[in-house]
Amino acid sequence: MQDASNLTRILGAIAAILFGSGGILALFYGANRIVNRFSQTWRDRILPWVYIGPAMVMLTAYLILPTLRTIYLSFLDRGSDKFIGLKNYTFAFTNDAMLTAFRNNLLWLVLVTFISVALGLVIAVLVDRVKYEPLAKGLIFLPMAISFVGASVIWRFVYAYSPPGADQIGLLNAIAVGLGFEPIGWLVNKALNNFALIAIMIWLQTGFCMVLLSSAIKGIPGDVLEAARMDGANELQVFWRITIPMIRSTILVVTTTLTVLVLKVFDIVFVMTGGNLDTDVIASLMIKQMFKFRDFGKGSAIAVVLLLAVIPVMVVNIRRFRQQEVN
Amino acid sequence: MVAQTSKSNQGSLLEKLIAKAPVHIAVVAISFIWTLPTIGLLISSFRKAEELTQTGWWTVFEHPFNFTQFHLANYADVLTGQGMGQAFLNSLVISIPATVMPIAMATFAAYALAWMRFPGRQLLLALIIGLLVVPLQMTLIPVLRTYNQLGLAGSFLAVWLAHTGYGLPLGVYLLRNYIGTLPKDLIEAATMDGASHLKIFTRIIVPLSTPAIASFAVFQFLWVWNDLLVALVYLGGSKEVAPVTLVLRNLVGDRGQDWHLLTAGAFISMIVPLVVFFSLQRYFVRGLLAGSVKG
Repeated sequence: MQDASNLTRILGAIAAILFGSGGILALFYGANRIVNRFSQTWRDRILPWVYIGPAMVMLTAYLILPTLRTIYLSFLDRGSDKFIGLKNYTFAFTNDAMLTAFRNNLLWLVLVTFISVALGLVIAVLVDRVKYEPLAKGLIFLPMAISFVGASVIWRFVYAYSPPGADQIGLLNAIAVGLGFEPIGWLVNKALNNFALIAIMIWLQTGFCMVLLSSAIKGIPGDVLEAARMDGANELQVFWRITIPMIRSTILVVTTTLTVLVLKVFDIVFVMTGGNLDTDVIASLMIKQMFKFRDFGKGSAIAVVLLLAVIPVMVVNIRRFRQQEVN
Repeated sequence: MVAQTSKSNQGSLLEKLIAKAPVHIAVVAISFIWTLPTIGLLISSFRKAEELTQTGWWTVFEHPFNFTQFHLANYADVLTGQGMGQAFLNSLVISIPATVMPIAMATFAAYALAWMRFPGRQLLLALIIGLLVVPLQMTLIPVLRTYNQLGLAGSFLAVWLAHTGYGLPLGVYLLRNYIGTLPKDLIEAATMDGASHLKIFTRIIVPLSTPAIASFAVFQFLWVWNDLLVALVYLGGSKEVAPVTLVLRNLVGDRGQDWHLLTAGAFISMIVPLVVFFSLQRYFVRGLLAGSVKG
């Protein structure tokens, strides 16, 4: 009985995969066939849009229109029935929970970007000098493959708390007790819990920074470094005066990528603490407004706040792209 | 690489080793610290429930060869009793089409943007780069409402399409950058020979772009497999369609102290990404580099 239902499940899964994957290819071939009936000039005019069309339809339907609609909804009340002006934004910038979330997000932004980039840079420089570089890099990079939910479970276990006297099963509290301290409630202590969550993100993202920075460091021409060393510069001077300036653009890219990622962080807070005990961030509060309080006006306004925060990054990216196209 | 050869040819091997000791210690220590949390999870997932909550996982090293302290019952329990087996299948059903669909759309679009002349091309590209960083949160409420009206909420189709839309900016951007650098002569020669765009696309562009397509595929697959937000919002609470991330998160909520279930469940949710990651790390890194550095 159980086997039979499993079999149908697996067959259903394969059918779903074939349908989902094959449908899209059929779409392109079908469209191409139709276009081929037109004359050459029309074909040349239509074909680009046939190729780019499906992508544009999806981008419009899932990103562009919903974004515009969310901006519109942010001026309406909870059920989107009545226009209420800027009330949702007044809430977003004055409510206590929101202000705490702003503070937390700022803490996340500063700590995650700074520590991950700095640590990633130091590791990148260090592993460049050892023979087992690929292994060390692989181990540090590995968390990139783990989901935020998986990472949260891993770290809940590291932070696990047992009352004093009992054996600690959490690694950190075992160390704390071993050093003679009382066990610490990492996730319930309000002075610590935000940092405990931020540490998870740093653990996840340092590998990303390391990989990008490492490849930039390897791109620095060898003779530049050699010349500096010939002139008597020590390794520290080489690092500050040559390595850092030469990889500045990569550092900037890594920092902006992390900024966007951290602003959107939601899963870690949602799984670890549910945003309780002053750990909410903007993105997790948005989900709370949406599902818990069913207030779509406030939820939309909070999302718009997030969008406003990433607009500087957006502008920088587009400008950089323009410059590249000119070159 | 170059730096190493230039460094020091004088001095004995021992001197070199001592001079480098701090570097070795630092690298080994960081790698160790970074790996420890995952190792703890893995070891714990094989321990018995009652021992797991009594003693730390590192105590298994007191009797490293006593294999009776390990068992597979946690996995059996979480796979069948907690619905992780079904969720694993669901994750596959969600992730594979949600990877193939944006690849197909993005490759066609990238080819058009790189090699076809049409008005508004630059504007479209700038738009796509702008969309790269739009927070998903901006889209959740309107898309969910539309799904509710269409009766799509809670279906695989809903998440396939959503992940396709969300993954497209990166896909188009990555692939356009790559396809744009393919040799011009090759494409011009093919056009001279009277090859149609579709022929150029399938015979030249796609085969030559395999590394870039693979990079995006690895990216998108990991992203979709590891996603919680999209699944949470568009699939809701229904167990029949929930992926591993959603089931794992519910397990944390409902059975937060049952470490034997949580550790085994977490590892099941991680196994596919880890395999993909290790076997295709090359492509993943290349995608990262192309996606951020060159952009």
